[in-house]
Amino acid sequence: MTTLLPAALRAPFSAGGESAIDAQLASRLLGLALEAGGDYADLYFEFRVAADYALEEEQVRTLGRGITLGLGVRVTKGDATGYAYTEDLDWEKMAHAARTAGQIAMGGGHKPVGVAGMAKVQAPSFYAIATPSLLVPATDKLALLRAADKAARAYDPRIVKVQVSFAESIKEVSLFTSDGRMAHDIQPLIRFGVAAVAEDKGKRQSGSGGGGGRYGMDYFARATRDAAAHGTEAARVAIAMLDAVDAPAGEMMVVLAPGDSGILLHEAVGHGLEADFNRKQTSNYTGQIGKQVASPLCTVVDDGTIAGSRGAINVDDEGFTARNNVLIEHGTLVGYMHDRLSAKHYGVEPSGNGRRESFRAMPLPRMTNTSLLAGTDNPEDIVKSVKRGVYAKRFSGGQVNISNGDFVFSLSESYLIEDGKLTAPLKGVNLIGNGPDVLRKVDMLGSDYEMSDGIWTCGKEGQSVPVNVGTPTVRISAITVGGTQA
Amino acid sequence: MSGAGVTEATVKELCDVAALAVELAKKAGADAAEVLVRDGSELTAKVRLGEPELVQEAGSRALGLRVLKGARRATTYTSDLRRGSLEALCAETVALAELAEPDEFALPPDPALLAKPPLVELDLYDPAVAEVDAAWALREAKTGEAAARRHDKRVTNSDGATWSRVLGATGFATSGGFVGGYRGSYCSLVVEPLCDDTTDPDNPKKRNGYWWTASRFLAQLDVAEAVGIEAARRTVATLGSRKADTQECAIVFDPEVGRSIVGTVFSVANGSSFWRKSSYLIGKEGQEVASKLVTIVDDPLIPRAPGSRPFDGDGLPTRKNVVVDRGVLGPVLCDVYAGRKLGRGSTGSAGRGIGGNPGPTTSNLIMQPGTMSRDQLLRSTPKGLYVTQLMGFGFNPVTGDFSRGAQGFWIEGGELTYPVSEVTIAANFDQILKRIDAVASDLELRSATAAPTFRVSHMTLAGASR
Repeated sequence: MTTLLPAALRAPFSAGGESAIDAQLASRLLGLALEAGGDYADLYFEFRVAADYALEEEQVRTLGRGITLGLGVRVTKGDATGYAYTEDLDWEKMAHAARTAGQIAMGGGHKPVGVAGMAKVQAPSFYAIATPSLLVPATDKLALLRAADKAARAYDPRIVKVQVSFAESIKEVSLFTSDGRMAHDIQPLIRFGVAAVAEDKGKRQSGSGGGGGRYGMDYFARATRDAAAHGTEAARVAIAMLDAVDAPAGEMMVVLAPGDSGILLHEAVGHGLEADFNRKQTSNYTGQIGKQVASPLCTVVDDGTIAGSRGAINVDDEGFTARNNVLIEHGTLVGYMHDRLSAKHYGVEPSGNGRRESFRAMPLPRMTNTSLLAGTDNPEDIVKSVKRGVYAKRFSGGQVNISNGDFVFSLSESYLIEDGKLTAPLKGVNLIGNGPDVLRKVDMLGSDYEMSDGIWTCGKEGQSVPVNVGTPTVRISAITVGGTQA
Repeated sequence: MSGAGVTEATVKELCDVAALAVELAKKAGADAAEVLVRDGSELTAKVRLGEPELVQEAGSRALGLRVLKGARRATTYTSDLRRGSLEALCAETVALAELAEPDEFALPPDPALLAKPPLVELDLYDPAVAEVDAAWALREAKTGEAAARRHDKRVTNSDGATWSRVLGATGFATSGGFVGGYRGSYCSLVVEPLCDDTTDPDNPKKRNGYWWTASRFLAQLDVAEAVGIEAARRTVATLGSRKADTQECAIVFDPEVGRSIVGTVFSVANGSSFWRKSSYLIGKEGQEVASKLVTIVDDPLIPRAPGSRPFDGDGLPTRKNVVVDRGVLGPVLCDVYAGRKLGRGSTGSAGRGIGGNPGPTTSNLIMQPGTMSRDQLLRSTPKGLYVTQLMGFGFNPVTGDFSRGAQGFWIEGGELTYPVSEVTIAANFDQILKRIDAVASDLELRSATAAPTFRVSHMTLAGASR
């Protein structure tokens, strides 16, 4: 890493810090963790500084700041994991955590495993930023909040409430594994959000805008993502939705706008291709490698190496470098996303998808930046081709049942398509489909691939991690639209 | 190895740290300060296919500070409770507050309103939960999973069984003179069986399900075998699930999903959503917003209940509030801030996390039971969907538009027939509440938000095209 942070933002466990951890100390701890007979152990040191700013009713309401510091110790024995953590980096506390995690191996065959000599994992940087936003004066950020608020209000006099928030963090991680890998990373993350409420003749509607990623304040330099642009976008959606009509109910053709629609992919196939579910044979994609699981138009990748993107990582939380992994190639399933446990099970190279929320949780196979790659259709032709359907533009979230493959995603801005034209905006509605079924029904794919502007957080087994998604314009021949007009 | 447990001395220690931090904040120049300190420990033991998969055991401590400089406020948090670190944190928080704009509504509550000792005793801690060690927890999980796999041959796989416990202590102090704390325990067992569904040989699927038991008291947990058997029964019942036809029909909510509907009521019946204009219920207090069969109570004072608490996040005494009384919307739940924004008092409903400002929250939010049995309710339903699972986030609080993914069973002639999946149910929430035409008597306080089985006369089901 080339980024140098001033002492106040530097982890105490880094070289020169008050609880500096070097390879020798780490090896001693790993030795304690393996004492009871574990076959692998790792140490995950984390230091996170976060701040948030909120503006509401045209006033800066809250400023917040916090520090998180701790060590997570993991020991595995076969497929079993022992996990413990401590917020105190005193030797005694760390040693206690190491021994507690190590107890998972008790009672098994006792074949002591040594700790290998440490070698530093070399990784390129996908988010080397000159100045972390946390080091920029708070007043600069408050100015951004005000600019977004002003732009939202200026958009239309019917905008009655605006909330603006900015969250920033720096996470510094040091990782040591008993098989001799040592990795270090500093991960910046910012997220800017605007929510607006419009009111007209007793009707009320809401809209939101926002973005971010692994950037410094340079994020706001581009016109499409400066603070005012996000404010205007939130207001635009709220005003547009004032005229929303009841959505239709039943199976119909749906066109997804580029960018945020990638959430469909994240839910429809992404989770089902996380290898832990397949290792345990609990996913409906179990045993499907080499089989046609989507329309031949579909090539799906999970790429942790997209510079500045919210889901980018240099190394994953098990010390493996990020990669661009092809999951589905022209409709054929070619690979899963792995953590160390599943890669070992399948006898493949780790794919750089082992991620965890914090030092308090064990790593799991997780997505990074998941995309459906561009096709060749003209996006305008795709909309023109639809006699009656729904055009989905913005989303509030999604969810999947990885076992049966059912997934939903919620539309917060969508329009009816009639005779090839977008007509009435539709009230909030859910789409529901079955992963493999819906991907086989992708029958047109635009040339207009876009990445979402960095707002998504993915939850799995209680752990949240930042991710990103992207798609071109997509046509799905039939999916169930959950409106009220049967 | 077992955790040392949480003693009254721990609670006292946390109260002392909180009170010290309040003093340090005042020394650093704060005009008012509120400090929350939490100490927690967890044990999670998961078994899959009879073998241990995960044992996680750890404790943690955190402090959250909110200061006011005049009417300007800031919040900070840390896990470093050393005196020197707290002094630095207090100075930084005061400096941060000076950057905010004054907000008169954020001033601390009138000290006369604060809860006075002795705090009400709610019996929230069971030492027996602290006694459990990893080996015992693994055995319970193993027993539950084995019972599920043994119960029915069609259970072909498992997502595992997890026994877990949380022990926690809270200390809270304010410059208004409140100092108080309490401790709590919670334990649970979840069993998640899995079946292979080859009903459609061209499109084989997995079917997952679950069942669970949870309580603050170890002795009140259902036995592991019973949890496993119920989990198996529920999972096997979903074999052969298919879409139902798109139509308007009655929707019966199982208590497992009914509680999420009750939670949705709170999301639009709280003071914060009111002043933020983010609720379709604004202006409807005292009016009929639901059918006469609907009464929803928020009661933090039920001994041993999962959501009980002796004081709220502002340091006010807690009290029972009627959110919906036979269909009529009561005063919405407020913390001090939301109350002031609406020109009224708090309902003692403030929640507070380590890193933020207080806001209205629920304690034990319960839809009151009716008189008919669940069987009677089903038998009086000619056709409709019995919903056992909901998916997604399809609710807009501003408009009340509701549309969510659903799974369950088709009701025909008062009987559950085939299992249904991949459908959505939709209606405006205002209509959903007003169309509740039957409420069963099968209320169980298994979770902090709870409901009996109830029926909505009609909603739009979207599924297969006819």
